[in-house]
Amino acid sequence: MQTTTVVVGAGHAGLATSHCLAAREIDHVVIERGEVAHSWRTERWQSLRLLTPNWQTRVPGLAYDGDDPDGFMAMAEVVAFIERYARLVATPLETATTVESLTRNGEGYEVATDRGVWRCATVIIASGACNVPRLPAAAAAQPPTVESVTPMDYVRPETLPDGGVLVVGASASGVQIADEVHRSGRPVTLAVAEHVRLPRTYRGKDILWWMDRIGLHDERYDEIDDIVRARRLPSPQLVGTPERITLDLNALTDRGVRLVGPLAGFSDGMAQFGGSLRNMCTLADLKQGRLLDTIDEWVTETGGDSQFEQPQRFAPTRVEESPPLALDLARSGIRTIIWATGYEADHSWVNLPVFDHKGRLLHDGGVVTGSPGLYRIGLNVLRRRKSSFIHGIEDDAHDLTDHLAGYVGAGDGG
Amino acid sequence: MSDTSTSPGLNGVNVEHLLGARSALGETPEAGHFKWRVTNQWLHGTHSASSVEGYFGLGGEHDHTSTFKFESDHPLVFAAEDNAATPVEIVLVGLASCLTAGVAAVAQVREIQLRSVKATVEGDMDIAGILGADPDVRNGFNNVRVAYDIDADATDDEIKALVAQSQKRSAVFDILTNPTNVTVEVN
Repeated sequence: MQTTTVVVGAGHAGLATSHCLAAREIDHVVIERGEVAHSWRTERWQSLRLLTPNWQTRVPGLAYDGDDPDGFMAMAEVVAFIERYARLVATPLETATTVESLTRNGEGYEVATDRGVWRCATVIIASGACNVPRLPAAAAAQPPTVESVTPMDYVRPETLPDGGVLVVGASASGVQIADEVHRSGRPVTLAVAEHVRLPRTYRGKDILWWMDRIGLHDERYDEIDDIVRARRLPSPQLVGTPERITLDLNALTDRGVRLVGPLAGFSDGMAQFGGSLRNMCTLADLKQGRLLDTIDEWVTETGGDSQFEQPQRFAPTRVEESPPLALDLARSGIRTIIWATGYEADHSWVNLPVFDHKGRLLHDGGVVTGSPGLYRIGLNVLRRRKSSFIHGIEDDAHDLTDHLAGYVGAGDGG
Repeated sequence: MSDTSTSPGLNGVNVEHLLGARSALGETPEAGHFKWRVTNQWLHGTHSASSVEGYFGLGGEHDHTSTFKFESDHPLVFAAEDNAATPVEIVLVGLASCLTAGVAAVAQVREIQLRSVKATVEGDMDIAGILGADPDVRNGFNNVRVAYDIDADATDDEIKALVAQSQKRSAVFDILTNPTNVTVEVN
């Protein structure tokens, strides 16, 4: 089978890419291991809602048009939105087709699937940013008496054993899971490493509205000081609820969740935690303060002080005097550890020399290094800060398909 | 004031060199593997002398500009001779020196002029641990507090951020806050 471009993955990124390729009249096919929006259907916990408000849920050619712009989509709604998009784009789609390898074929590529081989000039990998959980080395030493769960196999609190739960990581996943598990009567200890604290709303607007408005989401990858760090940053402590609540560490402490430092390891049935909890919280408090300062300055500069609610500052994160440095898992009743320590993209099927010594894909804003015609879309801070969000896909898909059109010498793009 | 493009200037930290080293490590990560070495010789009682001469890094052996000597002893209240600081005080020296170096380096990157940086360090210890008097008490510090007094051309939050970032990148802070495998053998 032959085409100009193979797109791997039919989530919002792959479909947006398809939309842009079609607009440039570039012949292509989208290959999907399951069905449209596969990861959203199968790899998310039950109560999860998008972090981004509905008004922000847009892809090239389709924007949310329901009657609750300030709400947050549940997973079934996300799947329905992406299915609707697939019908609109009328993407040439091969579902239930798993890509097994990507190799070079002369000037182009060969994409081997379990349903045949595609030959093409260019490939766009759109297979998601969160394919496998990223576990710290310490996870290997976890005592076998304790259940180990990742956010990808976590469903709801009731599927966990009764008893205490240690949640490792204070990302969006970590704080959301910690909150609902604790409320289910399973007391939660939360191991906190570096994290991003954000209020859900500020001066009457959603914090993501502000980040769009002041231009932060448009900051380009090549303008960011430390792009490696920016791409690895845990997702912000946000949750999408009808009440638009803030779910920071103080909110969790109020509900009885206990905070400890970063998980350092296990020894003799004890979980050990670093003594840097206070600094982890100070870093996040200061960073949140700088963001709010930036927003206030923007409002003042643009003469909008009367349009918005008054500025406010949030109480520093409370840390107990001497947080425990070790917990005996058995004696403290901890039956489960949930590793909310991040996710990684799975590129194990890419059989090309395009990875660094740590196995990270080498690319310049999605243009893969040293392999002309190969692209990656849908990674954190790929080309802009907003690349991590659904609404960030539009600009990235335009940019990368422009580049691709220039490479194959088609269309008027670029 | 010297030209910052050719010399460190500001706080006197050669940040360009450090940032250059960081990007070089991206290409040759093995160059970043260092070995720091100390030798220690017992003198008398609890008094001992350490020297620091050379280290391994950037793929080769290096000598310090001279051999640095450190002595350590225990205090009179332990019925020792108090010839020098205790080992745990030297650990606190290491922590403060590391954090202060970090404050200067981060300030340099952020173009903040420092005028004065002073750290006061205090470590709490219950000696029931080292005396074996109470098995529930650990030997080491149960809390360490560092207080910084910093005079610089920056806001209070910018100064707090310097100190926070310094902790985040500090080797000794990490050594004190996280477990480390330590192997002690007899030759």
